[in-house]
Amino acid sequence: MVDSSQSIQAEQLKPPITRIGVIGWLRANLFNSVFNSFLTIVTLYFLWKIVPAFVRWAFIDSSWNTTGAACRAAGGACWSIVAKNFRFIIFGFFPYESQWRPLVAMILLFILLLLSSNRRFWRKWLGYAWLIGLFAMGLLLKGGLFGLSSVDSTKWSGLPLTLLLSVFGLTAAYPLGVALALGRQSRMPAIKSLCVVYIETIRGVPLISLLFMSSVMFPLFLPEGITINNILRAQVAIILFTAAYIAEVVRGGLQAIGRGQYEAAESMGLNYSQKMRLIILPQALKIVIPPTVGILISAFKDTSLVVIIGLYDLLKTTQSTLSDPRWMGFSIEAYIFIALIYFAGCFSMSSYSRRLERELYRGN
Amino acid sequence: MNNELQKNGDDRSPGEPIVEITAMHKWFGDFHVLRDINLTVHKGERIIICGPSGSGKSTLIRCINRLEEHQKGRIIVDGIELTNDLKNIGKIREEVGMVFQHFNLFPHLSILENLTLGPVCVRKVPKAEAEETAMYYLEKVHIAEQALKYPGQLSGGQQQRVAIARSLCMRPKVMLFDEPTSALDPEMIKEVLDVMIDLAQEGMTMIVVSHEMGFAKSAAHRVLFMDEGEIVEENIPVEFFENPQHERTKLFLSQILHME
Repeated sequence: MVDSSQSIQAEQLKPPITRIGVIGWLRANLFNSVFNSFLTIVTLYFLWKIVPAFVRWAFIDSSWNTTGAACRAAGGACWSIVAKNFRFIIFGFFPYESQWRPLVAMILLFILLLLSSNRRFWRKWLGYAWLIGLFAMGLLLKGGLFGLSSVDSTKWSGLPLTLLLSVFGLTAAYPLGVALALGRQSRMPAIKSLCVVYIETIRGVPLISLLFMSSVMFPLFLPEGITINNILRAQVAIILFTAAYIAEVVRGGLQAIGRGQYEAAESMGLNYSQKMRLIILPQALKIVIPPTVGILISAFKDTSLVVIIGLYDLLKTTQSTLSDPRWMGFSIEAYIFIALIYFAGCFSMSSYSRRLERELYRGN
Repeated sequence: MNNELQKNGDDRSPGEPIVEITAMHKWFGDFHVLRDINLTVHKGERIIICGPSGSGKSTLIRCINRLEEHQKGRIIVDGIELTNDLKNIGKIREEVGMVFQHFNLFPHLSILENLTLGPVCVRKVPKAEAEETAMYYLEKVHIAEQALKYPGQLSGGQQQRVAIARSLCMRPKVMLFDEPTSALDPEMIKEVLDVMIDLAQEGMTMIVVSHEMGFAKSAAHRVLFMDEGEIVEENIPVEFFENPQHERTKLFLSQILHME
């Protein structure tokens, strides 16, 4: 008697079979209304049309390491364009026999970035590691010491150039942007108006025009005989541009911090730099991690605009490959390849930022 | 009028003056918030400031550590006059602790870090010593077991006690309290007041903006009543509550007593 009533109770606690398991999931997520059911069916139809065709093109009919002519005969995707031109796409005009040098430099950079992504390693030795690493990377690219042949910076191209422009562009733009945001909040009218004018001017022009100015107009103002490296000029333009955007995002973060935090810091006797460094910025920068990473990601992709001033970054070396008559017409394959490289960069930035946010939000 | 009352307060005051405000005025834009404030607070003295909202009582104590700037008159704290000189402002802030209505703990730092920040950064106390001091004061406000938590994990009353401990870690000569219990749920008010009464019994100089009658009666030397930017009335607690002189004071007292 008692037993049977208990078993009835236990049965009552179970949801109906249609609410759980695969069927429940399908109902809840794909067919929970007439309109959504319709969308699900339409989507399935397009997937059925697209996916098999893509798999056939990209994998079954594709050629991986053949000549361009063989590719044309095979009809599928021609990944050979990437395989056969790999070293040119990645390293560009860097002297063929010395291409191990930028490779080592990039590996060094990745190791340093990987180490820096772990906050437990943010100690003094990491700073020294970066100093030594930067010197080594510069030496590897430039040469001219320790028996390394000298390579002119006009030959720097491909992925190393893209990484150079973006890693230094972003790391220099961030502190500059923070400084501009603080300047814009300053009570000193001269500093404040200077920052406002700077930010609004830079944000008012496209990056392309800044790059043009840095490569075409700027040299006109220099005294005769003095030239500044083209890459450096592009680098500066990218830094100045990105910093203005970061400044506005950081300003938003600063405004989100209540007056009470400022007052508590002040009433404790902290001076301006202590107050900002220890109390306000850690909170403000944390709030604006998502939009900041958005800006950094778009700045990373915008480095490809340097093609316009004749620098051979990753995008431009790929385009040059495509203008080779033997490989004409395989642009989709080549662009998919560099898209994957850019995606890897952007995705690792955004997933790192999510991890950082999680770590920083523990406890509050 | 003011002078007369001042004398009355002086009789009871235990030590030498530590805060001296003379003929002080302050404006917010065109609005005259503080009018001709004269107030001397002596070492070890505890003063309660009450008054209707908008009467300028918070502004007055915020002038003492220069969170607000006064435009006329003089404020001398611990022998140093408050001017635009940043160095002097810094020195005064080291000696004057402040507790806010909304606690204003630093949410990104643990309780212990909240307490050691000031001593380490401003007073240049070694970290180990600062932590020892911090634990001592956390013990004192009965909250030592929370040292490694973050402010967001504590209740309002606990946060306010941490805020008091944070100020005490700087070993201030004067403590300012800006409505320390107004943002608290009723059941938490007592735990904060108890800490403040302990502090009073140790002889801390305190200037408290509050309507807590109980605290005023048990711990204050003087009660000030402010209205429309003026100190209207000033008296010892018993006289102030039993025998208010001014119409405005009587009206105010009847309102808050009615509330209770």
